[in-house]
Amino acid sequence: MAQILISDPTLRDGNHAVQHRLNEEQIRRYAAAANAARVAIVEVGHGNGLGASSLQVGEALLSDADMLRIAREELSDVKLGAFGIPGFATKARDLDIAIDVGVDVFRVGAHCTEADLTERHITYLREREKEVYGVLMMCHMATPEQLCEEAQKMESYGAQGVVVMDSAGAFLTRDLQDRIARMVDATSIAIGFHGHNNLCLAVANSVAAVDAGATIVDGTARGFGAGAGNTELEVLVAVLAELGHDTGIDLYKVLDAADLAEEHLVQQLPHTDSVGIVSGLAGVFSGYSKPVRRIARDFGVDPRDVFFALGRRDVIAGQEDVILEVAMALRDAVEEQRLEQQDDEIEGGRP
Amino acid sequence: MEASAITRTSREEPRRPRLRLAGSRDGGKLRVGIIGTGNIGTDLLLKVQRSELLECALFAGRNSRSAGIRSAQELGVPTSDRSIDAFLEQPDRFDLVFDATSATDAKRHYAALAPLGIPVIDLTPAKLGKMCVPALNLADCVGQPNLCMVTCGGQAAVPLAHCVMQTHPQVEYVEIVSTSASKSVGPATRVNIDEYLATTEAALSHFSGVARAKSILLVNPSTPPIMMQNTVFAKADEVDLPALTEAVEEMVKRIQRYVPGYRLVVAPLHENGRIAMTVQVAGAGDYLPAYAGNLDIITCAAVAAAEENARVITTGAAANGN
Repeated sequence: MAQILISDPTLRDGNHAVQHRLNEEQIRRYAAAANAARVAIVEVGHGNGLGASSLQVGEALLSDADMLRIAREELSDVKLGAFGIPGFATKARDLDIAIDVGVDVFRVGAHCTEADLTERHITYLREREKEVYGVLMMCHMATPEQLCEEAQKMESYGAQGVVVMDSAGAFLTRDLQDRIARMVDATSIAIGFHGHNNLCLAVANSVAAVDAGATIVDGTARGFGAGAGNTELEVLVAVLAELGHDTGIDLYKVLDAADLAEEHLVQQLPHTDSVGIVSGLAGVFSGYSKPVRRIARDFGVDPRDVFFALGRRDVIAGQEDVILEVAMALRDAVEEQRLEQQDDEIEGGRP
Repeated sequence: MEASAITRTSREEPRRPRLRLAGSRDGGKLRVGIIGTGNIGTDLLLKVQRSELLECALFAGRNSRSAGIRSAQELGVPTSDRSIDAFLEQPDRFDLVFDATSATDAKRHYAALAPLGIPVIDLTPAKLGKMCVPALNLADCVGQPNLCMVTCGGQAAVPLAHCVMQTHPQVEYVEIVSTSASKSVGPATRVNIDEYLATTEAALSHFSGVARAKSILLVNPSTPPIMMQNTVFAKADEVDLPALTEAVEEMVKRIQRYVPGYRLVVAPLHENGRIAMTVQVAGAGDYLPAYAGNLDIITCAAVAAAEENARVITTGAAANGN
């Protein structure tokens, strides 16, 4: 069976679950555990990647450089990875810092139809002889044809693989499998999959992606990640082993890493709650989960209404400012309705 | 009277780095050239055509079959596919050149135009000359050899950041997030995304005086395309919302004078330790439809800067009895 490369963004995507507040001890301990388990790549950073610490998507407790440096010190047998989205990250400010710290693998992301935004970053990193993958985010929002075309662009820039992110946890297995199979045919580089669990399909989708020809799969310890959480790394490794795939990962050690994550990283285990299901149905980026809940509470509106309204506006990853606008509009609409009802009651009360 | 920084280099003593904005020939119109025939260059051309103070003497790019060149030809505007060379061969035909290419090309173009004394209004994020945001410093933007029009997000959001710092000087960190429709973001802008962020951040610090500034750019492919949207955040615990709101409303009116589609969609609010406000920019629908407010705001600003130069020269010339 095929060799599958497992990339572990627990210390990057997991940062979404704790409002980007992972601390030094947490990063150190988990990086050491993942190193022992021989996970292929440990990706570290702010949930939205390099240069993303902001009022828009949340300020990180530690700087990118500090997070990467701490993990670097713990990784001897495993590659250190960083994720960056052009528009948040820049070469001069962010990529250079990551190169200096000693990042081995870069993943350069863009919304699934905007791959050309990654050209300069991919070529820059390839010129510096780094291992580079392209990442297409929110892939449920593109047609199979578009995904193939965007993946081909990334291949032409020099990406050594392209990872399909189901950033909203919205993919149904059949749709995903079709896309992965077509992308495998359309390119000559590795195709990967990164799942979220809003519809409880993350592990099943990951296995389906591998069946369709994907050779890179992302998983995080206990699913520690944005929104309803990611594909559970330890389950993924176990299932792939049962299916006869070689991940090079030690089962007991990855289970240990997951236990450690549950004890030291996770405040509340990610799970598919009502708001998470709606988030998946609405096709909204998983990272919106925390701010939507907070802002909905502050504005006295239903977070599910906020998610559906955001979905109707086709928001992509990083557009968290729109949550305020949407919540205000919903609040105003509720208020208007209340006033109308009051008027009706007054009318009705008249003789 | 040599009070104005703008003097015209005579034909006899050319090739000196002096400005040569011309006076009131051609019905007082400034003869401008546009280099770059993409989204921004073409939208700019349509706005120049409407101006009473500007006249497009040449619209030049590298591709004779580009959609922009075809539009210009239909309008009867002289065109060339020889890019910068077309300007260098006949420098006397131009009082001013707009550069709507890319940050890399703009550097090369300015190096060639400066010795000829032709001032440049630069719409790329190359950041070569004095930064110009008409709502904030139009009067200082006359007679400059090179004006940097910052970026579309900078034009939209820097004036609001200025309002934040005027009313809350203790603020140490301001951030702006601009989201544009995918269809309105052309290839040069995409390749220049790092320069875009750096130039926006430089303008943010320069005009508002804030110590730390950050800019984020997002490109959304939704159909129908979204309107350009810009949010300004500032980290602040204590906020005088009435004062800020008053300053912002005043600023919005000032910007609307040259960008009619500019409007506040989320008035300043304070939540979670941050100030937030959002503006939307609808375009005039000149080259691309109304969603492309990101084109409009920078081309409107560039036209406003060129017209201000034309106005000062015309009045200056009149005072001189020319």
